[in-house]
Amino acid sequence: MKKVNKGIILASMMAILLILTGCQSKSSQKNSVTIVGSTALQPLVEKAAADYQVKNSGVDITVQGGGSGTGLSQVQQGAVSIGNSDVFAEQQDGIDAKKVVDHKVAVVGMAPVVNQDVPIKNISMANLRKVFTGKITNWKQLGGPDQKIVVINRAQGSGIRKSFERVVLKGQPALNAQEQDSNGTVQKIVQATPGSISYLSFSYFNNQIKHLAIDGVQPNAKNVENNRWKIWSYEHMYTKPNASAATNNFIKYMKSEKVQKNLVSDLGYISIHDMKVELTSDDQVIPIKGAEE
Amino acid sequence: MDAVKKELTRKSKASRQDQRGKLISLACVTLIMLVVLSILYMITSKGLATFFENKMSIVDFFTKQVWNPSAKPQALVGALPMIVGSFSVTVLSALLAAPFAIATAIFMVDIAGKRGRKILQPVIELLVGIPSVVYGFIGLTVVVPFTRTVFGGTGFGILSGTFVLFVMVLPTVTSMYVDSLKAVPQFYREASLALGATRWQTIYKVIIRASIPGLLTAIIFGMARAFGEALAVQMVIGNASILPSDLVSPASTLTSVLTTGIGNTVLGTLPNNALWSLALVLLLMSLVFNLLTRFIGKKGAF
Repeated sequence: MKKVNKGIILASMMAILLILTGCQSKSSQKNSVTIVGSTALQPLVEKAAADYQVKNSGVDITVQGGGSGTGLSQVQQGAVSIGNSDVFAEQQDGIDAKKVVDHKVAVVGMAPVVNQDVPIKNISMANLRKVFTGKITNWKQLGGPDQKIVVINRAQGSGIRKSFERVVLKGQPALNAQEQDSNGTVQKIVQATPGSISYLSFSYFNNQIKHLAIDGVQPNAKNVENNRWKIWSYEHMYTKPNASAATNNFIKYMKSEKVQKNLVSDLGYISIHDMKVELTSDDQVIPIKGAEE
Repeated sequence: MDAVKKELTRKSKASRQDQRGKLISLACVTLIMLVVLSILYMITSKGLATFFENKMSIVDFFTKQVWNPSAKPQALVGALPMIVGSFSVTVLSALLAAPFAIATAIFMVDIAGKRGRKILQPVIELLVGIPSVVYGFIGLTVVVPFTRTVFGGTGFGILSGTFVLFVMVLPTVTSMYVDSLKAVPQFYREASLALGATRWQTIYKVIIRASIPGLLTAIIFGMARAFGEALAVQMVIGNASILPSDLVSPASTLTSVLTTGIGNTVLGTLPNNALWSLALVLLLMSLVFNLLTRFIGKKGAF
């Protein structure tokens, strides 16, 4: 009886010790890369990391969500190797953009989506602004049936909302409406709620919801590349200036032709190599000199 | 002589075992205390930073209705809509769950007998083990459309939240009430029956009366669970920080705002501190619930 007790105690002590030291030894390993942040970018990075580790078995990559704010603050503190973010570090409260290095790894386009039974295919930018600021509240005002518009906004402070408001609202305060924090949930809700409008990344379009053209411009990759479609943003991976070699190699891999040509477009993002314009951290859109093709 | 003295003053095996056990449990308790205290300190210091560091008004926090802590130049931290939302779903779901829980518990203890209890007990306990995201998803795909067609509106709102929480707190309240019904002494029942009371008269005149403190404790425990539930509620309530005017318009709770916002903010900034203030309110409320159960427990008959 006593021996058993001792065994259990010893085993649990060992377990606690292992747990306590587990994190320590991992982060001090040279070839481990910890990535935390944006949930929108997470699937892409996870897939890329899995492919990368097949070929580079010495590298241990961990990818986690947590949100853009978490990613940026963790990388600024040096707690993780890479912080994923949907927003520029310059635009996030409490982050000193000089302390981190920006790596843009993909472009994501977003478009307004409506419930299937809304008989509208096109909306003007001015009207879209009026819908999201609460000045237009019925589809009748936009040539549709007499039905209330159900606005579904995105979570305050999220990357997609910042990008949408930058282009569409231009500083006007948004209508106080429902907020949802993930593309998947918004997709389901718009699909099921009559008269609803929201916005989604291109990769979440499906047959059960309808995406709208703005001023006659269709939301697709081609139109984002030359900025005819204006609602888009970068997916960033931030590192410290003195990042480890393993970290830099992985970033290089993310930006390589192989990932950009296949994985990035497979998952519904737009390759950074295809962009003919550049968006700066102070919201200026400038053409890229000598953009390919 | 010395040998005997030595033998007597030496610690015996049993007493050493005793000491070792004491030490181990003391270590465990200290660790837990440390964890609890550091969590309390973290939430309190961050939560109060909104008012002391960022100089937001504490009165505005509890009375204003606009929540936009990242607004510039003047941030707005009015948490009233969330506080009202949290309390509404909590109280409504507890009120809805109470009759069902009472009926189920009485059925299990006094009516169904051993075999019924054997079947019902695992069913009720199973409900506790289902992850809250499952409840949320079912809420989103079943409850919300149901509310929309039956009660109107978009389907998102306090009513949907109430329905989802009702299912989630039901097992908690039921199993706690079952325990307190079992604690009602058998001779209460026997005495009542001997006086000629029917089974129904015995149940509602004697058993329920005798177990009221237990029932209240069970309901408050259920409310504490409902108050702290985040994910499932967040999926069905709509998350609009608007003071709810009816039960079918989108509203928000303290937890739903916390979960949607915490990942998008940076530690140490006002938007983040404001969320910690919400967490502080949650913490204080669960403390109140805890004290309430103690208070009621003391008044209990047995």
